[in-house]
Amino acid sequence: MKMPYFSLPKLSYRVRLVWRRNFDVFIKTYMVNFIPPLVEPLFYLVGLGFGLGSFVQPQEGLRYIAFIAPALVAVSMMYSSFFECTYASFVRMYYQKTFDAIIATPVNLDEVIAGEILWGATKSFINSTIVLIVIIIFGLVSSPLFLLIPPMAFIIGILFASIAMCFTAITPNIETFNYPAFLYITPMFILSGTFFTIAGMPHTLQLFAKLAFPLYHAALLSRALALGRIGPHLWFSVGWILLFTPIFFILAINLMKKRLIK
Amino acid sequence: MNSNNVLIKAEKLTKRFGESVAVDNIDFEVNKGECFGFLGPNGAGKTTAIRMIHCVLPLSSGTLNVAGMDVSKQPRAIKRIIGIAPQEDNLDPDFSVLYNLIVYARYFDISRTEAQKRAKQLLQFIQLEEKTNVLIDELSSGMKRRVILARALINEPQILVLDEPTTGLDPQARHLIWDKIRSLRKQGVTIILTTHYMEEAAQLCDRTLIMDNGKIIEQGNPKALVKKHVGEQVLEVVYDEEIMSYLKQTFPDAKLEIVNDRVQVFSSQPRGIFAGLLDKFRDKGAIIRDANLEDMFLKLTGRRLRE
Repeated sequence: MKMPYFSLPKLSYRVRLVWRRNFDVFIKTYMVNFIPPLVEPLFYLVGLGFGLGSFVQPQEGLRYIAFIAPALVAVSMMYSSFFECTYASFVRMYYQKTFDAIIATPVNLDEVIAGEILWGATKSFINSTIVLIVIIIFGLVSSPLFLLIPPMAFIIGILFASIAMCFTAITPNIETFNYPAFLYITPMFILSGTFFTIAGMPHTLQLFAKLAFPLYHAALLSRALALGRIGPHLWFSVGWILLFTPIFFILAINLMKKRLIK
Repeated sequence: MNSNNVLIKAEKLTKRFGESVAVDNIDFEVNKGECFGFLGPNGAGKTTAIRMIHCVLPLSSGTLNVAGMDVSKQPRAIKRIIGIAPQEDNLDPDFSVLYNLIVYARYFDISRTEAQKRAKQLLQFIQLEEKTNVLIDELSSGMKRRVILARALINEPQILVLDEPTTGLDPQARHLIWDKIRSLRKQGVTIILTTHYMEEAAQLCDRTLIMDNGKIIEQGNPKALVKKHVGEQVLEVVYDEEIMSYLKQTFPDAKLEIVNDRVQVFSSQPRGIFAGLLDKFRDKGAIIRDANLEDMFLKLTGRRLRE
């Protein structure tokens, strides 16, 4: 059957029921779920911030540890939602046949995928908020605007989760996720103004980061809000995120329908 | 049957996957309250047909109505009145038996208290109360099938769809499932099942539809079909040339089929004539048994049939 890539999904309140299924599993194993996002940024802060930071000159006028801390919040948004909607969604779709079970009920496939993406966004919200609390405790947040980071984490989570779901829709098997993970996520992790300012990179690379790496925008906004460094340059990042989030969200649902409805 | 009794109606129903035709232009009707079987070998198109009934596969062409609703227009309303027990285990391994049922009930907008109540009753019905709080992975495959059956009943469906409900189960588990299916049918649930076990269809179904290569090759009541196509009884005897030529002379009209090293004689002849043969060939391992759907199926599909 011929299906378009950008037809509007048919969604209802039932998206919440799919989300709730994943939430219930998460709550059942909450101890396992809360420890890694709490511990991982500590290694970066201590190892990079205090260790490497004592050799590195200030970045964009900030102490190295203050520069990377808000970026770690953004990194956690990316990792938690991207991996939720690649490996974890794939396991539910392919190995556990959870999607098949759900679409035999009044819930439709559009709602299943939307529920998965919103759950990925929720993981972004939860994990990055934990990291945010850690950097607040370290005294690395100086503006009350940090309160806007958790809601932003949800939106950016939708973006990363949707991109992830596009890969899930086209991946032949679970091993193939190594390609987006190592060829897209890893360079994005390093080259998005997370651990050093991109101002020192070649211009084409800078342009590429701004156009193709959502993490660049997430890190920029996260740093701006944590430190109160607000300016008109942020609008480009806000606009980029608000433009591409719905595009990837709708594309992800259409690609998944192509994969699952024959 | 008058048309008010028709619950499911398919006309020129067709499903193509690329080049191959899984369901090829078939017509059928399922009546309210009956147990209707799709019978056929693997790959006959049974599962494809029922996946269209419960609205998870779009049709390639033709029409399909369930309870007066078009599957391509009102999938949600149809899915609300159908319970489906799929072939593969898609229970949620992250949850206990009870919680599987409760989460599933939620997809049908059933309240938590009502879901609890129904889940308890259903676990009693499938005789798995003692496994209420056990994780799915700790169950045997027979128990999993029973939980899948319970899950299919959580929305109190008018139509229960069972895709190979007993494939791979031991005899005890199979008979328990059969028992439950019979008792549901008594309660007035319309049951659609697919199977490649002829005995299962004979035991459970009021009517069967026999499929091969996506087409319907015969339909009707299992017993009547067997009688029509292969008679009531089959004589089986060890194969050798002498016996073959004797049989051909004595029963010029009978169908003879060679299965492995045995000859099967199909005839609607009265028992008396077979009894004579039975005596004559007793030392050749001759037996008389009732004809069954399997005999008929092999005859209809033409495989291994010798005249």
